[in-house]
Amino acid sequence: MTTVGAVAVGHPPRRVSVREGLADIAGITQRNLRRIVRTPRLLVFSSIQPVMFVLLFRYVFAGAIKVLHGDYVDYLMPGIFLQTSLFGGASTAVGLAADLQGGIIDRFRSLPMARSAVLAGRTLADLIRNVFVVALMVVVGVLVGFRFHGTVGTDLAGIGLVLLFGYAFSWVFVTVGLYVKDPETAQVAGFIPLFPLVFASSAFVPVASMPGWLQAFANVQPVSVSVDAARALLIGGPIEHWLWQALVWAGGVLVVFAVLGVRQYRRI
Amino acid sequence: MTPPVIEAKGITKAFGATLALDHVDLEVEAGTVLGLLGPNGAGKTTFVRILTTLLRADAGSASVVGLDVTRDAVALRSAIGLAGQYAAVDELLTGRENLELVGLLYHLGKAERRRRAVETLERLALTEAADRQVKTYSGGMRRRLDVGASLVGRPKVLFLDEPTTGLDPATRIDLWRFIETLVEEGATVLLTTQYLEEADHLANRIVVIDHGRVIAEGTSNELKAQLGGAVLEVTVTEGDQLHKAADLLADLGHSPPGEDLTRNLVTIPSDADPKVIVEAARRLGDRGIGLEDIALRRPSLDDVFLSLTGHGAEDGPGQGAGPDDEPASSHGARR
Ligand SMILES: Nc1ncnc2c1ncn2[C@@H]1O[C@H](COP(=O)(O)OP(=O)(O)O)[C@@H](O)[C@H]1O
Ligand SMILES: [Mg+2]
Repeated sequence: MTTVGAVAVGHPPRRVSVREGLADIAGITQRNLRRIVRTPRLLVFSSIQPVMFVLLFRYVFAGAIKVLHGDYVDYLMPGIFLQTSLFGGASTAVGLAADLQGGIIDRFRSLPMARSAVLAGRTLADLIRNVFVVALMVVVGVLVGFRFHGTVGTDLAGIGLVLLFGYAFSWVFVTVGLYVKDPETAQVAGFIPLFPLVFASSAFVPVASMPGWLQAFANVQPVSVSVDAARALLIGGPIEHWLWQALVWAGGVLVVFAVLGVRQYRRI
Repeated sequence: MTPPVIEAKGITKAFGATLALDHVDLEVEAGTVLGLLGPNGAGKTTFVRILTTLLRADAGSASVVGLDVTRDAVALRSAIGLAGQYAAVDELLTGRENLELVGLLYHLGKAERRRRAVETLERLALTEAADRQVKTYSGGMRRRLDVGASLVGRPKVLFLDEPTTGLDPATRIDLWRFIETLVEEGATVLLTTQYLEEADHLANRIVVIDHGRVIAEGTSNELKAQLGGAVLEVTVTEGDQLHKAADLLADLGHSPPGEDLTRNLVTIPSDADPKVIVEAARRLGDRGIGLEDIALRRPSLDDVFLSLTGHGAEDGPGQGAGPDDEPASSHGARR
């Protein structure tokens, strides 16, 4: 046998190559998707929640909410799509924290893999899950009377924007999950920033119906901007006005929290 | 001489006010097993995490197969295998999927990682359970799979952090055998344990740590020799006379007696001279202290630990005066 002390013999590469890094991301994504598929009850119950929201707003609150033009259900559904996409990110925080607690992240970190693949594979798997949950919400929406009013192109762009926004925010949840480190806390902590963002927004009610001080916040915050952009794409409205703002928000959140998340991951 | 495979110098790590490691030096020669022995909280896991690149030391330097833990981290990771303290396998994946995932993350080709998964499952007697989700595995199977995962990359150096903690005696012996096989095949192993007989059984050399500091090192025989010749063990019939007995016999030993209240047992490090037994029996008899048993035996590592630290080593969970203490004999009984 060659001496173990010397590294000269067939010594491994010093860095993970891009190709290996992509393979790592694919491997981790597949692992997370398997986990999602193998906990079907979690999937079912987490899909029931947004359906309840649809029914609640469509049939309980609809009469009390006045929108400027069109049917309330058309106003409501883009908000529901975005909320669904956003809330899906909470499972990113929970899943990461659970991996951390279970010790499997230690195993991953002891392997010669790309470190960022653990986070990328997590967010991508959750994005794929979101595609299905949002698709389900589209079906539910159509069943309760929602109709697309755009072209095929703008409709797809609207759904794409909703998914992109959810993906960008899943990096916020990455950071939260890595920071709190236990799944129960992650579950609760993840929703704290979401509630004010989702409910003090134009997602369910027109901002004009809120008190003045709240309007100031509700008008500029990312959920309102993105819902308005999605609404413009799906049912009509000033697309240019909202879309670039929404894209800037999504891009900004993605970059800032990807950096924070990766930094937190290196620090564990 | 070949350089040591694992080399650590002055490794120091603090968590806030807790000094988890305080200038730890350690070397492991190729093809040997080093047992890092210490009670809960001694710093064993922290040390392993630093050597496996999971954690950065505050001070000191360390290398494995000549690769520096910070500068050459990626290369180092492909040379080692780690089985951490808590079985780090995915509950929702099958055993095979777990191993194939690890193979993928070592960047093995598809055919090769399939082959290695099959081979590893075979070696660890998990073939039958290969396609079952890990959540259906017993604790022992899970631990075996975890050790298996650390072998997929065919590492030259293995880090096993308390590999047998929480396992029943028979499973523990099986794992010991397996580790012995790996060493016969040329692996170098750093193993942490709270179990004295585990270090005694598996390790060529033992480093004892307590509160982050190395307090002794050597072969198991060297450590026992530090204690002098023998240990006088006296079991009294009445528990409330234990302390009195210890006082009476204290001057027969060359370090203070230990008292084990659960077993009514006094242990006294002494010379290997039968006269000690006679004298002890006479003194106890004169005071009317009932004797259940009296014996002179070779010191165990437990005695070493007690005399080095003033407390026992095995105060972690899952340990006690049960069949756990004699895995060899209970194993024999099972067969
Ligand atoms: N991440 C951490 N944060 C704070 N303290 C820690 C952390 N990890 C370990 N410690 C502390 O460091 C000491 C050594 O712990 P550890 O290395 O886990 O010991 P062992 O593995 O020997 O039981 C303990 O006092 C423990 O509480
Ligand atoms: Mg430990």
